[in-house]
Amino acid sequence: MSEQAHAEGSTRTFLIVWFWLLALTGVEVFLGYKQLELKIMLTILMGLSIVKAALIIAYFMHLRYEKPSMAATLMPALVIVIVLMNIFLPDSLRLLHMRPH
Amino acid sequence: MASHDAITERLSGPPASAWGGGVAPFATGSKKLGMWLFIMSDAITFGALLMAYCYVRVAAVEWPKPFEFYPALVKATVMTFILLSSSVTMVMAVQASKSDKRSSTVKWIMATMLGGLLFVIIHATEWVGLINEGVRLFHNPWGEPLFGAAFFTLTGLHMTHVFCGVIYLGVVATWFGKGKLSAEDVEVAGLYWHFVDLVWMFIFPLVYVLSIHQG
Repeated sequence: MSEQAHAEGSTRTFLIVWFWLLALTGVEVFLGYKQLELKIMLTILMGLSIVKAALIIAYFMHLRYEKPSMAATLMPALVIVIVLMNIFLPDSLRLLHMRPH
Repeated sequence: MASHDAITERLSGPPASAWGGGVAPFATGSKKLGMWLFIMSDAITFGALLMAYCYVRVAAVEWPKPFEFYPALVKATVMTFILLSSSVTMVMAVQASKSDKRSSTVKWIMATMLGGLLFVIIHATEWVGLINEGVRLFHNPWGEPLFGAAFFTLTGLHMTHVFCGVIYLGVVATWFGKGKLSAEDVEVAGLYWHFVDLVWMFIFPLVYVLSIHQG
Protein backbone atom coordinates (compact mmCIF):
# COMPACT_ATOMS: atom_id res chain seq x y z
CA MET A 1 0.00 0.00 0.00
CA SER A 2 2.98 2.32 0.48
CA GLU A 3 3.24 3.07 -3.23
CA GLN A 4 -0.34 4.36 -3.08
CA ALA A 5 0.34 6.73 -0.19
CA HIS A 6 0.76 9.76 -2.43
CA ALA A 7 -2.65 9.17 -4.00
CA GLU A 8 -4.49 9.06 -0.67
CA GLY A 9 -6.21 12.11 0.76
CA SER A 10 -4.31 14.60 2.88
CA THR A 11 -5.55 16.14 6.14
CA ARG A 12 -6.37 19.26 4.14
CA THR A 13 -8.61 17.26 1.77
CA PHE A 14 -10.49 15.68 4.68
CA LEU A 15 -11.04 19.05 6.35
CA ILE A 16 -12.40 20.50 3.10
CA VAL A 17 -14.79 17.54 2.81
CA TRP A 18 -15.82 18.06 6.45
CA PHE A 19 -16.49 21.75 5.75
CA TRP A 20 -18.69 20.92 2.76
CA LEU A 21 -20.64 18.31 4.71
CA LEU A 22 -21.34 20.89 7.42
CA ALA A 23 -22.26 23.53 4.83
CA LEU A 24 -24.73 21.19 3.13
CA THR A 25 -26.25 20.37 6.54
CA GLY A 26 -26.69 24.11 7.08
CA VAL A 27 -28.46 24.39 3.72
CA GLU A 28 -30.83 21.58 4.78
CA VAL A 29 -31.74 23.34 8.04
CA PHE A 30 -32.26 26.61 6.13
CA LEU A 31 -34.56 24.84 3.63
CA GLY A 32 -36.54 23.43 6.55
CA TYR A 33 -37.87 26.94 7.20
CA LYS A 34 -38.72 27.71 3.57
CA GLN A 35 -42.35 26.93 2.82
CA LEU A 36 -41.60 24.90 -0.28
CA GLU A 37 -43.88 22.36 -1.88
CA LEU A 38 -43.21 18.90 -0.40
CA LYS A 39 -42.17 17.32 -3.72
CA ILE A 40 -39.58 20.03 -4.43
CA MET A 41 -38.38 19.96 -0.84
CA LEU A 42 -38.00 16.18 -0.86
CA THR A 43 -36.11 16.25 -4.16
CA ILE A 44 -33.66 18.88 -2.92
CA LEU A 45 -33.15 17.22 0.47
CA MET A 46 -32.60 13.75 -1.04
CA GLY A 47 -30.28 15.25 -3.64
CA LEU A 48 -28.21 16.92 -0.89
CA SER A 49 -28.18 13.70 1.15
CA ILE A 50 -26.92 11.70 -1.80
CA VAL A 51 -24.15 14.25 -2.39
CA LYS A 52 -23.21 14.05 1.31
CA ALA A 53 -23.26 10.25 1.25
CA ALA A 54 -21.08 10.25 -1.88
CA LEU A 55 -18.56 12.58 -0.19
CA ILE A 56 -18.39 10.33 2.89
CA ILE A 57 -18.04 7.16 0.81
CA ALA A 58 -15.46 8.62 -1.58
CA TYR A 59 -13.20 10.37 0.92
CA PHE A 60 -13.83 9.25 4.52
CA MET A 61 -14.50 5.65 3.54
CA HIS A 62 -11.67 5.87 1.06
CA LEU A 63 -13.49 4.24 -1.85
CA ARG A 64 -12.06 6.80 -4.26
CA TYR A 65 -8.56 5.56 -3.50
CA GLU A 66 -9.40 1.85 -3.79
CA LYS A 67 -9.19 -0.16 -6.98
CA PRO A 68 -12.12 0.86 -9.24
CA SER A 69 -13.28 -2.77 -9.22
CA MET A 70 -14.30 -2.34 -5.57
CA ALA A 71 -16.75 0.49 -6.28
CA ALA A 72 -17.95 -1.28 -9.43
CA THR A 73 -18.80 -4.37 -7.36
CA LEU A 74 -20.40 -2.67 -4.36
CA MET A 75 -22.26 0.41 -5.56
CA PRO A 76 -24.46 -0.82 -8.45
CA ALA A 77 -25.76 -3.71 -6.30
CA LEU A 78 -26.68 -1.34 -3.50
CA VAL A 79 -28.38 1.17 -5.79
CA ILE A 80 -30.36 -1.53 -7.63
CA VAL A 81 -31.59 -3.19 -4.42
CA ILE A 82 -32.69 0.12 -2.87
CA VAL A 83 -34.41 1.22 -6.09
CA LEU A 84 -36.19 -2.15 -6.33
CA MET A 85 -37.39 -1.84 -2.73
CA ASN A 86 -38.86 1.55 -3.57
CA ILE A 87 -41.14 -0.10 -6.12
CA PHE A 88 -43.54 -0.57 -3.19
CA LEU A 89 -43.55 3.10 -2.23
CA PRO A 90 -46.38 4.27 -4.57
CA ASP A 91 -48.61 1.72 -2.85
CA SER A 92 -48.73 4.12 0.11
CA LEU A 93 -50.85 6.49 -2.02
CA ARG A 94 -53.39 3.72 -2.57
CA LEU A 95 -53.46 3.15 1.17
CA LEU A 96 -54.04 6.87 1.77
CA HIS A 97 -57.06 6.91 -0.57
CA MET A 98 -58.51 3.77 0.99
CA ARG A 99 -58.45 5.20 4.50
CA PRO A 100 -61.71 6.40 6.00
CA HIS A 101 -61.44 10.17 6.41
CA MET B 1 1.41 -26.69 -32.19
CA ALA B 2 2.43 -24.30 -29.43
CA SER B 3 6.03 -23.38 -29.32
CA HIS B 4 8.21 -24.25 -26.38
CA ASP B 5 8.41 -20.58 -25.39
CA ALA B 6 4.65 -20.17 -25.28
CA ILE B 7 4.27 -23.20 -23.00
CA THR B 8 6.98 -21.93 -20.65
CA GLU B 9 5.24 -18.57 -20.51
CA ARG B 10 1.91 -20.18 -19.65
CA LEU B 11 3.49 -22.19 -16.86
CA SER B 12 5.36 -19.27 -15.36
CA GLY B 13 2.25 -17.09 -14.96
CA PRO B 14 0.54 -14.39 -16.95
CA PRO B 15 2.54 -11.87 -18.99
CA ALA B 16 2.80 -8.32 -17.67
CA SER B 17 0.13 -7.12 -20.11
CA ALA B 18 -2.51 -9.53 -18.79
CA TRP B 19 -5.46 -8.47 -16.63
CA GLY B 20 -4.10 -8.14 -13.10
CA GLY B 21 -7.35 -8.78 -11.27
CA GLY B 22 -7.24 -12.55 -11.25
CA VAL B 23 -5.15 -12.87 -8.09
CA ALA B 24 -6.43 -10.01 -5.92
CA PRO B 25 -9.38 -8.44 -7.75
CA PHE B 26 -9.91 -5.74 -5.13
CA ALA B 27 -6.27 -5.39 -4.01
CA THR B 28 -7.46 -5.25 -0.42
CA GLY B 29 -7.42 -7.40 2.68
CA SER B 30 -10.26 -9.83 3.37
CA LYS B 31 -11.21 -7.95 6.58
CA LYS B 32 -11.78 -4.73 4.69
CA LEU B 33 -13.79 -6.46 1.97
CA GLY B 34 -15.80 -8.27 4.66
CA MET B 35 -16.62 -4.99 6.37
CA TRP B 36 -17.66 -3.47 3.04
CA LEU B 37 -20.02 -6.37 2.40
CA PHE B 38 -21.47 -6.02 5.92
CA ILE B 39 -21.95 -2.30 5.29
CA MET B 40 -23.79 -3.04 2.05
CA SER B 41 -26.25 -5.34 3.84
CA ASP B 42 -26.66 -2.88 6.69
CA ALA B 43 -27.27 -0.08 4.20
CA ILE B 44 -30.10 -2.13 2.71
CA THR B 45 -31.57 -2.65 6.21
CA PHE B 46 -31.56 1.09 6.83
CA GLY B 47 -32.84 1.65 3.28
CA ALA B 48 -35.79 -0.61 4.06
CA LEU B 49 -36.51 1.21 7.33
CA LEU B 50 -36.31 4.61 5.65
CA MET B 51 -38.65 3.35 2.95
CA ALA B 52 -41.07 2.04 5.58
CA TYR B 53 -40.94 5.45 7.25
CA CYS B 54 -41.71 7.22 3.93
CA TYR B 55 -44.49 4.71 3.28
CA VAL B 56 -46.37 5.31 6.53
CA ARG B 57 -45.77 9.03 6.19
CA VAL B 58 -47.24 9.26 2.68
CA ALA B 59 -50.16 7.06 3.75
CA ALA B 60 -50.87 9.22 6.79
CA VAL B 61 -53.69 11.74 6.60
CA GLU B 62 -51.76 14.16 8.76
CA TRP B 63 -48.21 13.44 9.81
CA PRO B 64 -47.20 15.10 13.08
CA LYS B 65 -44.66 17.92 12.82
CA PRO B 66 -43.58 18.27 16.42
CA PHE B 67 -40.00 19.51 16.07
CA GLU B 68 -39.54 23.09 17.27
CA PHE B 69 -36.37 25.00 16.40
CA TYR B 70 -35.35 24.64 20.02
CA PRO B 71 -34.65 22.10 21.42
CA ALA B 72 -35.31 19.44 18.72
CA LEU B 73 -33.73 20.96 15.62
CA VAL B 74 -30.83 22.56 17.46
CA LYS B 75 -30.09 19.21 19.10
CA ALA B 76 -30.31 17.31 15.81
CA THR B 77 -28.02 19.84 14.09
CA VAL B 78 -25.50 19.66 16.95
CA MET B 79 -25.68 15.85 16.75
CA THR B 80 -24.97 16.04 13.01
CA PHE B 81 -22.00 18.30 13.70
CA ILE B 82 -20.67 15.92 16.38
CA LEU B 83 -21.03 12.87 14.16
CA LEU B 84 -19.36 14.54 11.17
CA SER B 85 -16.51 15.77 13.36
CA SER B 86 -16.07 12.31 14.88
CA SER B 87 -15.68 10.99 11.33
CA VAL B 88 -12.81 13.43 10.83
CA THR B 89 -11.11 12.33 14.06
CA MET B 90 -11.52 8.73 12.87
CA VAL B 91 -9.83 9.62 9.58
CA MET B 92 -6.98 11.10 11.65
CA ALA B 93 -6.78 7.86 13.67
CA VAL B 94 -6.51 5.81 10.47
CA GLN B 95 -3.78 8.12 9.14
CA ALA B 96 -1.86 7.92 12.42
CA SER B 97 -2.17 4.13 12.50
CA LYS B 98 -0.72 3.89 9.00
CA SER B 99 2.37 5.82 10.14
CA ASP B 100 2.51 3.42 13.13
CA LYS B 101 2.00 6.23 15.68
CA ARG B 102 0.30 4.04 18.27
CA SER B 103 -0.40 6.50 21.09
CA SER B 104 -1.60 9.16 18.67
CA THR B 105 -3.93 6.61 17.03
CA VAL B 106 -5.41 5.66 20.41
CA LYS B 107 -5.97 9.35 21.25
CA TRP B 108 -7.77 10.03 17.96
CA ILE B 109 -9.93 6.92 18.41
CA MET B 110 -10.81 8.07 21.93
CA ALA B 111 -11.82 11.48 20.54
CA THR B 112 -14.07 9.63 18.09
CA MET B 113 -15.58 7.58 20.93
CA LEU B 114 -16.24 10.78 22.87
CA GLY B 115 -18.15 12.15 19.86
CA GLY B 116 -20.17 8.95 19.67
CA LEU B 117 -20.99 9.04 23.38
CA LEU B 118 -22.05 12.70 23.19
CA PHE B 119 -24.28 11.82 20.25
CA VAL B 120 -25.96 9.00 22.19
CA ILE B 121 -26.42 11.16 25.31
CA ILE B 122 -28.00 14.08 23.42
CA HIS B 123 -30.17 11.69 21.45
CA ALA B 124 -31.30 9.94 24.65
CA THR B 125 -32.36 13.26 26.22
CA GLU B 126 -34.39 13.93 23.09
CA TRP B 127 -36.08 10.54 23.35
CA VAL B 128 -36.93 11.20 27.00
CA GLY B 129 -38.35 14.60 26.02
CA LEU B 130 -40.61 13.05 23.36
CA ILE B 131 -41.73 10.27 25.71
CA ASN B 132 -42.58 12.89 28.35
CA GLU B 133 -44.66 14.71 25.74
CA GLY B 134 -46.71 11.54 25.42
CA VAL B 135 -45.24 9.92 22.31
CA ARG B 136 -45.60 6.13 22.40
CA LEU B 137 -45.00 3.52 19.71
CA PHE B 138 -48.63 3.43 18.62
CA HIS B 139 -50.14 6.68 19.82
CA ASN B 140 -49.14 10.30 20.35
CA PRO B 141 -50.91 13.57 21.17
CA TRP B 142 -50.70 14.95 17.61
CA GLY B 143 -52.35 12.52 15.22
CA GLU B 144 -50.97 9.75 13.04
CA PRO B 145 -50.43 6.91 15.56
CA LEU B 146 -47.50 5.33 13.68
CA PHE B 147 -45.29 8.40 14.15
CA GLY B 148 -43.73 6.94 17.30
CA ALA B 149 -43.14 3.52 15.75
CA ALA B 150 -41.43 5.04 12.69
CA PHE B 151 -39.37 7.54 14.70
CA PHE B 152 -38.23 5.24 17.49
CA THR B 153 -37.42 2.29 15.20
CA LEU B 154 -35.38 4.34 12.77
CA THR B 155 -33.46 6.48 15.25
CA GLY B 156 -33.27 3.62 17.76
CA LEU B 157 -31.55 1.28 15.32
CA HIS B 158 -29.17 4.08 14.40
CA MET B 159 -28.47 4.86 18.06
CA THR B 160 -27.75 1.15 18.64
CA HIS B 161 -25.25 1.30 15.78
CA VAL B 162 -23.53 4.33 17.32
CA PHE B 163 -23.45 2.67 20.74
CA CYS B 164 -22.04 -0.60 19.34
CA GLY B 165 -19.56 1.47 17.34
CA VAL B 166 -18.28 3.15 20.52
CA ILE B 167 -17.72 -0.29 22.12
CA TYR B 168 -16.10 -1.60 18.91
CA LEU B 169 -13.76 1.42 18.80
CA GLY B 170 -12.92 0.94 22.49
CA VAL B 171 -11.86 -2.65 21.81
CA VAL B 172 -9.85 -1.63 18.74
CA ALA B 173 -8.15 1.25 20.62
CA THR B 174 -7.20 -0.99 23.55
CA TRP B 175 -5.85 -3.82 21.43
CA PHE B 176 -4.15 -1.54 18.92
CA GLY B 177 -2.44 0.24 21.83
CA LYS B 178 -1.16 -3.11 23.06
CA GLY B 179 0.10 -3.97 19.57
CA LYS B 180 -2.36 -6.82 19.05
CA LEU B 181 -4.08 -5.24 16.04
CA SER B 182 -2.76 -3.83 12.79
CA ALA B 183 -3.43 -0.55 10.99
CA GLU B 184 -5.84 -2.46 8.76
CA ASP B 185 -8.05 -3.24 11.77
CA VAL B 186 -8.24 0.47 12.61
CA GLU B 187 -9.16 1.25 9.00
CA VAL B 188 -11.90 -1.41 9.04
CA ALA B 189 -13.33 0.04 12.28
CA GLY B 190 -13.20 3.46 10.60
CA LEU B 191 -15.27 2.16 7.68
CA TYR B 192 -18.00 1.11 10.11
CA TRP B 193 -17.91 4.46 11.89
CA HIS B 194 -18.18 6.47 8.67
CA PHE B 195 -21.11 4.32 7.60
CA VAL B 196 -22.99 5.14 10.83
CA ASP B 197 -22.30 8.80 10.06
CA LEU B 198 -23.58 8.31 6.50
CA VAL B 199 -26.89 6.81 7.66
CA TRP B 200 -27.50 9.87 9.84
CA MET B 201 -27.13 12.04 6.72
CA PHE B 202 -30.40 10.45 5.52
CA ILE B 203 -32.21 10.33 8.87
CA PHE B 204 -31.54 14.01 9.64
CA PRO B 205 -33.36 15.53 6.63
CA LEU B 206 -36.10 12.90 6.32
CA VAL B 207 -37.04 12.67 9.99
CA TYR B 208 -36.12 16.08 11.40
CA VAL B 209 -36.05 18.70 8.65
CA LEU B 210 -39.28 17.44 7.09
CA SER B 211 -41.06 17.46 10.49
CA ILE B 212 -40.25 20.98 11.61
CA HIS B 213 -43.12 22.68 13.40
CA GLN B 214 -44.12 25.58 11.14
CA GLY B 215 -45.43 28.25 13.48
